[in-house]
Amino acid sequence: MMNMHFANEQEKLLHDIGILSFVVVELTLYLDTHPDDRNAMEYFNHYNRMTNQAKKEYSAKYGPLTISYADTSECSDWKWALGPMPWEGGCN
Amino acid sequence: MWNYEKRLQFPVNITSPNARLAQAIISQYGGPDGEMGASMRYLSQRYASPYREVSAILTDIGTEELAHLEMVATIVHQLTKDLSMEEIEESGFANYYVDHTVGIWPQAASGFPFTGAQFQSTGDIITDLMEDMAAEQKARTTYDNILRLIHDQEVCEPIKFLRAREIVHFQRFGEALRIVQDKLDSKNFYAFNPGFDKCPS
Repeated sequence: MMNMHFANEQEKLLHDIGILSFVVVELTLYLDTHPDDRNAMEYFNHYNRMTNQAKKEYSAKYGPLTISYADTSECSDWKWALGPMPWEGGCN
Repeated sequence: MWNYEKRLQFPVNITSPNARLAQAIISQYGGPDGEMGASMRYLSQRYASPYREVSAILTDIGTEELAHLEMVATIVHQLTKDLSMEEIEESGFANYYVDHTVGIWPQAASGFPFTGAQFQSTGDIITDLMEDMAAEQKARTTYDNILRLIHDQEVCEPIKFLRAREIVHFQRFGEALRIVQDKLDSKNFYAFNPGFDKCPS
């Protein structure tokens, strides 16, 4: 993951979101079976906040990642439908 | 309820079509140890758990399996989308093509369709968690077998990611089983359904 080259800023940001979200998924599963681990909960809060921030930034710049980030106030079209689907390859 | 996130859990960018490989990998979409069976298994089993932690892990792993299902579909889609008719005929892909063109349909590599008979939901959380641990190992073995067939790095990377997740899920299900067994006593350690039989506490 160290020497990765990205075609553009969008690709880089989506790559970062992939990493941050993965940490959140891992911590979620761990906490499900270790629900008293305060240390893990602190990690969770830290990475969950970073993930949400990155997803919000990405959605504002390149189109919503989830419907809760969709904001039509400054858009002329419905980006949720018109943006590329994840299986199209290239930038995902 | 669920929300869709418009991205893959791990990137898939395959640039060379390979129908032969797609026919093997489709097994992890709808085959006996594939991601569709995995997600439906855990998401069905969670209702019978009397313990919240265990319902939570079944919900969250079942949800992650849906993301894996999408990754496997994406791999098959990208391996087949630019096939020529010659490649379809020469690679043995014609039998799939005749029913589905290059669409995605849940089947095993053998052509056997996905069925709920490939997994259990027994209503007994101990029995179910034992199955879940075995299911993660079986899926890991299938990914090992797939990796031996792959010579393309672009296909290898997402398959390696999916294989690694089976190992983590196996660990978490083992912990879930431990949580359940810690709540039982020595008389009912192996032969007691804590969600159905009333505990004589």
